[in-house]
Amino acid sequence: MRPDIRRLSPSGDSPGGTALVGILLASAIVVPVLNLLVPASSPLHLSTYVLALIGKYLCYAMLALAVDLIWGYCGIMSLGHAVFFALGGYAMGMYLMREIGPRGVYGDPVLPDFMVFLNWHKLPWFWYGFSHFPFAMLMVLVVPALLALVFGWLAFRSRVTGVYLAIITQALSYAMMLAFFRNDMGFGGNNGFTDFKDILGYDLQRDTTRVVLFVATAVALAVAYVACRAITRSRAGRVIRAVRDAESRVRFLGYSVESYKLWVFVFSAVVAGVAGALYVPQVGIINPSEFDPINSIEIVIWVAVGGRGTLVGAVAGAVLVNYAKTFFTGALPEVWLYALGAMFVFVTLFLPRGLMGLLPRSSEAR
Amino acid sequence: MIEPQPAELLQGAILELKDLTVSFDGFKALNALSLRVEKGELRCIIGPNGAGKTTMMDVVTGKTRPDAGSAFFGEIDLLALSEPEIAQAGIGRKFQKPTVFERLTVFENLELSLWGDKRFVKTLLARLTEPQRDHISDVLDTVGLGSHWNVLAGTLSHGQKQWLEIGMLLMQEPDVLLVDEPVAGMTPQETERTANLLLSLMAEHTVVVVEHDMEFVRSIARRVTVLHEGRVLAEGNMDEVQSDPRVIEVYLGE
Repeated sequence: MRPDIRRLSPSGDSPGGTALVGILLASAIVVPVLNLLVPASSPLHLSTYVLALIGKYLCYAMLALAVDLIWGYCGIMSLGHAVFFALGGYAMGMYLMREIGPRGVYGDPVLPDFMVFLNWHKLPWFWYGFSHFPFAMLMVLVVPALLALVFGWLAFRSRVTGVYLAIITQALSYAMMLAFFRNDMGFGGNNGFTDFKDILGYDLQRDTTRVVLFVATAVALAVAYVACRAITRSRAGRVIRAVRDAESRVRFLGYSVESYKLWVFVFSAVVAGVAGALYVPQVGIINPSEFDPINSIEIVIWVAVGGRGTLVGAVAGAVLVNYAKTFFTGALPEVWLYALGAMFVFVTLFLPRGLMGLLPRSSEAR
Repeated sequence: MIEPQPAELLQGAILELKDLTVSFDGFKALNALSLRVEKGELRCIIGPNGAGKTTMMDVVTGKTRPDAGSAFFGEIDLLALSEPEIAQAGIGRKFQKPTVFERLTVFENLELSLWGDKRFVKTLLARLTEPQRDHISDVLDTVGLGSHWNVLAGTLSHGQKQWLEIGMLLMQEPDVLLVDEPVAGMTPQETERTANLLLSLMAEHTVVVVEHDMEFVRSIARRVTVLHEGRVLAEGNMDEVQSDPRVIEVYLGE
């Protein structure tokens, strides 16, 4: 029998992708309308608070996509993706700090407040260029990519895998957090950056600015999803899944497993960095607690809850778990961490394929 | 990377191992092993457990580096290459335990095994060409999995997985196939099919088979090498080997 490529049903495709892109693009239209055009007295009005909250969830969803690509598809459990998220956030934060200009408390035209407070007289060299938005955006991509490249090259070349890799990524998170806590680092110490005024000249407190940020986030998430799907559906995507399931076999087929891991790791770090950059102007603050090793672990839980190895699952998991977090930390703050832990245990034991496992497998190969 | 060899050594030898020694914590898995495989041969390698059969394959495929000795594939120094480089150079390996990508379909397993540029960006943009698809179809027919091309490899029976893995080797168009225990755990019918499959490959490939099953070795082997304690104990056709008193003592006589 001659295989008919047109009838080929690729393995590992999960349902719901088109719906997800549709929902994101629709929300990029509907949410602004509900926030800006529907009067506040109407029950359909979406408050700016809720808008910012959803925007935050979407940033987390993008971060979850990044982790799912590297963990769910390539089998590398990174417990350090919050680092890339935070680095993207810091790069955006540096731009926003420069954008404040002379409107800071100390009124220095060049130095951000915390530098004046530390009695610095000159802008450190690594702050140069961050007053230019395009340069800052380039750094949002380059800085996480560079760290992922160096770290991944060292780790994968030494064939560090599994739990050992997870541990060194945690160590990386911890080291970065401690480093950014230091005032001498030049990133605002434990206060980080806040009190942002505007972005590209638009007031960050205005509803229209916030709506534009929201739309940018929804579109970025849709683009990230489509890119991740293109990767996972390509032949390289199948190699990546093969690495996850039988790494040494892949090597004997002639693939350089290390370079595949490195490419995916770097790409994943860039996605995480962009998510961080979109997150910071919406929440209005970035500080070293974003590097907290716990954050990286939480991302893995979002992905596990939604369904590891399904991109839609990662997005759904991030949104649902964070919605639960908003709810619990408001209603029963002391319960939240237990609920999170219980959720992870429950999913691991009873839903190994996450919430996506509850859906019928429409396009699974028979 | 490529060192010219004296002409007399090149005559037909596709695999030339010399004085290979590998020790693990003082235990010599290979002890000055020398072995020569001619082009187009179907060679069986037998020996009791711990004789060094798998370690020898590990050295040839770059998984284990020897403490001493040399390993040449034609004129190519295998000890200077990494595992993927050796695979790309033309040595394919089938593992003892069937190792297929269980969560990919049979077709996808073969697709990933296609010979070609295996770098990330090339693979990311790769599209199956018509000749490649025909090649996959041919291999599906050769290994008898034509009607299973679209199932997940994990759902195949043990024997089918072994054949799929041989098919994956064939996709790479290797010059040398190293096959580790192809009939372990197979039913007699499956064993017979596997024997026919390996015999049919002999024409175009050099095949080296490590096997425990003497019945099977007898049915396919032209030339048999007996390993014992990390070195070659005897070599010859099956009858010669089986009547060798040293072989009887360490292996067949048990």
